[in-house]
Amino acid sequence: MPVVASPARTQTPRHAAFVRVTHWLTVIAFTALLITGGEIVISHPRFYWGETGNVNTQPLFTIPIPSSRDTVPTGYKYVMPDQNGWSRYLHFQAAWLLVFTGAVYLIAGFASGHFRKNLVPAPGQRTLSTHWGRIARYLRRAPPDPTEALSYNVLQRTTYLAVIFILFPLVIWTGLALSPGFNAAFPFFVNILGGRQSARTLHFFVSGALLLFLVVHIVMIAVSGFWTRTRPMIIGRSASAEEEP
Amino acid sequence: MTQISRRKLLTGGIVVAAAGVSGLAAANRIARRYGLIPPDSGGIYGPGETLTYAAQRLITTHSLAREFPRSMISKTPFANEVATPSDEFKRHQAANFIDWRLTVDGMVTNPVSLSISDIKAMPFRNQVTEVVCEEGWSYVAEWIGTPLHEVLHAAEILPQARYVVYRSIEPDWWDSIDMADALHPQTFITWGMNDGDLPVGFGGPLRMRVPRQLGYKSVKYLVHLTAADSLKHFGKGLGSSAPEGGYAWYAGI
Repeated sequence: MPVVASPARTQTPRHAAFVRVTHWLTVIAFTALLITGGEIVISHPRFYWGETGNVNTQPLFTIPIPSSRDTVPTGYKYVMPDQNGWSRYLHFQAAWLLVFTGAVYLIAGFASGHFRKNLVPAPGQRTLSTHWGRIARYLRRAPPDPTEALSYNVLQRTTYLAVIFILFPLVIWTGLALSPGFNAAFPFFVNILGGRQSARTLHFFVSGALLLFLVVHIVMIAVSGFWTRTRPMIIGRSASAEEEP
Repeated sequence: MTQISRRKLLTGGIVVAAAGVSGLAAANRIARRYGLIPPDSGGIYGPGETLTYAAQRLITTHSLAREFPRSMISKTPFANEVATPSDEFKRHQAANFIDWRLTVDGMVTNPVSLSISDIKAMPFRNQVTEVVCEEGWSYVAEWIGTPLHEVLHAAEILPQARYVVYRSIEPDWWDSIDMADALHPQTFITWGMNDGDLPVGFGGPLRMRVPRQLGYKSVKYLVHLTAADSLKHFGKGLGSSAPEGGYAWYAGI
């Protein structure tokens, strides 16, 4: 009987298959959303609070960049090329990919006990001091605890839970609150945010928080060994036990 | 589950692929039958557009755009004016739009050509709704106009019609909406704004208002309505000049 999959050595699996697949699909969707979201902001790099806002009203703040529209007073003589058409098409297509991927991840995560087993901090760890303790270890550049090769530390757990259960739901909510069709059917979701322009401003800041997470996430992986950390997220296990820090 | 035979993997893969392809084909047939496929569904962004349009039509078809109290009418709305109006428009403007006509044809029993005073003599309504631009800005105004369904019924639109195509006097500026939006009570042939005539900057003398979609569906300087059962033979067949310029046909997101 021919065999296609047979690990050479017995190793502890690091990441479940559903985690790996949804992780990389999220990478694709989020990258597309980030780039196209930036392009869309360029067409009106001014932000407001409340229901309405336009070039004739006082902005909450502006981003000091040229715009892709000559109607926006930016102080620059230069008008950037308009990229909104394909950016909007791709933004919403990537948003669907993110929503479907997130749904699969949540269902599989709850069904398999992934959140309970791998992400919720252990009962004794749920204090501010354990989190500060782990931050202090990072700052001292102390080597990681041996248990961290096979499971997330308390700071990772809390951060991942916040990204999964707070930031992603918020970015989807504030994004939906910018859809005129969705707002017609479900006005509560935009009204409770303080209006359409408040929703747009919040969408920008929550996206910024997700970008901040992405940057720290990649820096931490690079610092702790890029391939040592990335390989298990692709094939599920580490190449050899010696490579684990 | 470390050992999977190649034969099992192959047969399994073929079964899953066949199920996927036939499932997609069946979904496509059902979606077409119930009008859930937008005209710009070809191309690489087709799946996302189709999901968005189908979801909106299944969930939000009968909802009403938010209306605001008059105290929320923007003091400083932004007109986003057409930089250089055509000579034809300027001629009408100089004549105070006395000869302006809105032609209604296509799949109607009674094609009509209406003057502005003809339209103003029809039943009209007002709404305080927000104009939302795809760029991100917005304003709230009161819009006074004749609901599009009044005009369509005056022309005796045929039940086979599935879309209404509408054109501006400005060249290459046209769009279309499905019947869910065309018969929607807030879709107006707008001729008044904030208790006065609709200013030229905001689309006067006549502007389509589709408040459940982004501002670019609210085409200014309206001269022509065509009822149709298909969008294939209008322009490049993508439903409006927006997708021809790279923007989505359905702008309710």
